[in-house]
Amino acid sequence: MRRSLVTNTLSIAILALSTCGYAVADDKQSFEQIERGRYLAAAGDCAACHTVPGGAPFAGGLPLVTPFGTIVSTNITPDPKTGIGAWSDDAFVDALHKGVRADGSQLYPAMPYPSYTKVTRDDALAIRAYLQTVTPVDHDVVADQLPFPLSIRKDMAVWNMLNFTEGFFQPTTSKSAEWNRGAYLVQGLGHCGTCHTPKSALGAEKADVALKGSEIESWLAPDLTDDKRTGLGNWTSDDIESYLKTGSNQHGIASGPMSEVIRFSTSAMSDPDLKAIAVYLKDLKTAPSPAVTAQAASTAQMTAGAAIYKDSCAACHRDDGHGVPHLFPRLAGNGALQASEAVSAVHIVLHGSQGVGTKAAPTAPAMPAFDWVLNDAQVAAVLTYVRNTWGNAAAPVSAGDVGKYRTAGK
Amino acid sequence: MDEARQMTTILPRKGVVIVGLGWTGSILALELARQGLDVVAIERGPWRDTATDFNIGTAADELRYSARQETLVKPAQETLTMRNTPAQTALPIRSWGSFLPGSGVGGSGMHWNGQTWRFLPNDFVINSHLTARYGAAALPQGHQIQDWGVTYDELEPHYDAFEYLCGISGVAGNLRGKIQEEGNPFEGARQRGYPTPPLKQGYAQDLFAKAAREHGLHPFPRPSANLSTAYTNTYGCSLAPCTYCGFCERFGCANYAKSSPQTCVLPALMREKTFEARTECEVTKVNLSADGKHATGVTYVDKDGVEFEQPGDLVLLCAYALFNVRLMLLSGIGKPYDRDRNEGVVGRNYAYQSSSGSTAFFESARFNPFAASGSLGVTADDYNGDNFDHGGLGFVGGASITSAHTNGRPISYRPVPPGTPTWGAAWKRATADTYQKVTTVNAAGSVMSYRDCYLDLDPTYKDPLGRPLLRMTFDFQDNERKMARWMAEHCVDIAKTMGAKQTVLNTITEPWSVVPYQTTHNTGGAVMGSDPKTSALNKYLQSWDVSNVFVMGASAFPQNAGYNPTGTVGALTYWALNAIKTTYLKNPGPLVTV
Repeated sequence: MRRSLVTNTLSIAILALSTCGYAVADDKQSFEQIERGRYLAAAGDCAACHTVPGGAPFAGGLPLVTPFGTIVSTNITPDPKTGIGAWSDDAFVDALHKGVRADGSQLYPAMPYPSYTKVTRDDALAIRAYLQTVTPVDHDVVADQLPFPLSIRKDMAVWNMLNFTEGFFQPTTSKSAEWNRGAYLVQGLGHCGTCHTPKSALGAEKADVALKGSEIESWLAPDLTDDKRTGLGNWTSDDIESYLKTGSNQHGIASGPMSEVIRFSTSAMSDPDLKAIAVYLKDLKTAPSPAVTAQAASTAQMTAGAAIYKDSCAACHRDDGHGVPHLFPRLAGNGALQASEAVSAVHIVLHGSQGVGTKAAPTAPAMPAFDWVLNDAQVAAVLTYVRNTWGNAAAPVSAGDVGKYRTAGK
Repeated sequence: MDEARQMTTILPRKGVVIVGLGWTGSILALELARQGLDVVAIERGPWRDTATDFNIGTAADELRYSARQETLVKPAQETLTMRNTPAQTALPIRSWGSFLPGSGVGGSGMHWNGQTWRFLPNDFVINSHLTARYGAAALPQGHQIQDWGVTYDELEPHYDAFEYLCGISGVAGNLRGKIQEEGNPFEGARQRGYPTPPLKQGYAQDLFAKAAREHGLHPFPRPSANLSTAYTNTYGCSLAPCTYCGFCERFGCANYAKSSPQTCVLPALMREKTFEARTECEVTKVNLSADGKHATGVTYVDKDGVEFEQPGDLVLLCAYALFNVRLMLLSGIGKPYDRDRNEGVVGRNYAYQSSSGSTAFFESARFNPFAASGSLGVTADDYNGDNFDHGGLGFVGGASITSAHTNGRPISYRPVPPGTPTWGAAWKRATADTYQKVTTVNAAGSVMSYRDCYLDLDPTYKDPLGRPLLRMTFDFQDNERKMARWMAEHCVDIAKTMGAKQTVLNTITEPWSVVPYQTTHNTGGAVMGSDPKTSALNKYLQSWDVSNVFVMGASAFPQNAGYNPTGTVGALTYWALNAIKTTYLKNPGPLVTV
């Protein structure tokens, strides 16, 4: 009873906040508007693509590797010549909402306008107001580096026709305001599906398997649905909040591309927004992933894996696979570990990985690389072991699965 | 000279300049940066963090870190000269042996064993206490034993702060005055228990605890910075449970299980926007105003030999104890100690730690010494400090008596019975036969302060920058020799009760030597106190002479107690910090006037 009261109060607060935002939207110099824009730019993680590590904020120039070629992020500082200072507000909103640039040409969907289209005009204008306050940088970026025929931006009109539905976020009235806030953030600014949703051959997100996990840059962006084995089914909404806020929780620690998302985006988000995201994700019911029978502990590969685990892994991840909260990820019951493809796990064992450090959890522990210690068959054995012990069940990993990542993704 | 001076780059002023980025420097840096001050820490060794430098595949490399001493100061960069008595000529230490000063970020707090003690309440008022109980004549000849100027009760909240920073594993013996069965009944009252429960002990410790009880002693698990369980500290930094791998002292912990600046402070500190660490930069001097009463900043040399001047409002000396003293002497902070005239304070009251005890050989035990931790162990404090009646014993001071296995490492842990050849097949056989069957009962004892034990600048030997080396004049005095033997005899008795078939009594028989490793617990030389004639620092670790210089670390101990020093170093740091935050920053100047 008390809980629902709190939730209702929260919903009203969120609604009040949006109203408040709207009221000041016209004043581009308003502190509240700019500050809100700064917050939303973090929620949208604009800097992840538009800032080169160590470079001037939002000055662009970061090469984004896509399956179709490399696209270089643009300068979105207010520099009138090389940035977007000369753009009108409407042009800015159109870029997010429709995927078109100020000159009318098409953006490539490396800019996640298929998600950003859901962002309200009001929020887009706040982001715009904030971006107008960052230091203008004269940095001319040559964005078009895709091979022909993709180098023809008009092609994107066809792509959009096939794959893109323009439209602001529409709330689901049967759900709570909190759920809708979470849905808005996940589907819109958060553009979680850009990494976590499987793609079609044309690189478009497949709506029917939204957030069911997808491979990206030699990493697996894991299943975010409520699937018990491969998804977040074992996570409470507090676990999700903690993960997004601090980079770790009782199950694991963010690594790979997600650690950047946490460092620059979600760790800067408010507790109510993270809670809303958690509420929405916990409600993502999908058909469970196909049942898998665990490998028998007696196979030669499992026995070899058990010995390697004891020798090289158990000191941190513990004999029971429970790990240590905030330091060493729990392997028992770990959804990402049991994904059909073991790509992240292969990557981490071969090349190591450092967790993210945040204000709340600054430690940023690291897993060392084992590529100099273990050969492909040994990595495959230990991964098969951890994917099939302590109640885990997943397909065995072969030496070939490991070999292809030994140099790639290093 | 003038030309060289012109080439010194003068950097923008900082609010706080910290010399050395170990335990004390990192704690002060974080806390003062959070006060909004611009803080720079200048560290002569390299940057080190767990993720980068203590890879679990390579951290336990005994040859690299222990035999070849990778994380210590290179003697070619800085060493000291030593002699046993003022009449001798000191010679340089060319290879570290008796003690091992760390270098680099984390300092000795990175490579320590992790034994984290509170000194006894009487230790802080030792001169008054012993004089009142036994009379001034009972104190040893030539002693300069003195009270600290601070009391246990004043330090208690700051001991607590350091223990909760580290997550120390232990069991309370005195909770707000109420004695606890499992803990140390002699300890001062603590406001709350340890943050984490004690480590699991081994077979030798079980035998020791039982034997010690039979001798009427009160054994308890030694407080440990190798943690028993996972812990997240006050700064949000997380630690993992110890795996008992036995690679603590001389090593960085790969498992995030040992409290150190790396695990407890640096992850939070490096996020502070007003903090900057400059590594591989050696401070050569604290610069003073013309009247010598105010520090204007420091001069340092980077790894390419380029000289910089870093002006600052507040200078905090946070180097290793010995190097703090040398920097004060080189900079002219405080009056140097003159042993002959018995005047001056900087370099006065250098002390060390005494080690004695028993090696115990068993018929058929399996002690598994490799399943160890730097501060695993069971201790009895019945013979520490003045917990027992010294009447008629002929010495003052005491020791913590401990059964411990800190490691069973393959290169250096090779105990063999007396009479075994030192090489060849017989040695190999004895090594293999003894490894599992030997343990020790050891006494880590106090060392009092004496007129003849001190630090000054060497008249002959200089470092590569042309600065005189520090000269150490030290030997164990009769008081410590008697005490060590008395303790060793008790250790032998306990070892026999434990069931040893053969015991060896180890005590101090020779002049102190720099060759065999003994302990890296060098104390004093810039001691705290309430009289500027006998102390270099006031009770807040502030220089009496240069009020914007504070000096952290064991250099402030007026003499050493029968414990390892780090817990008290940590408590004094938070104590001084509190005075800086609440009083000094609001009104810079001397915090104590006499």
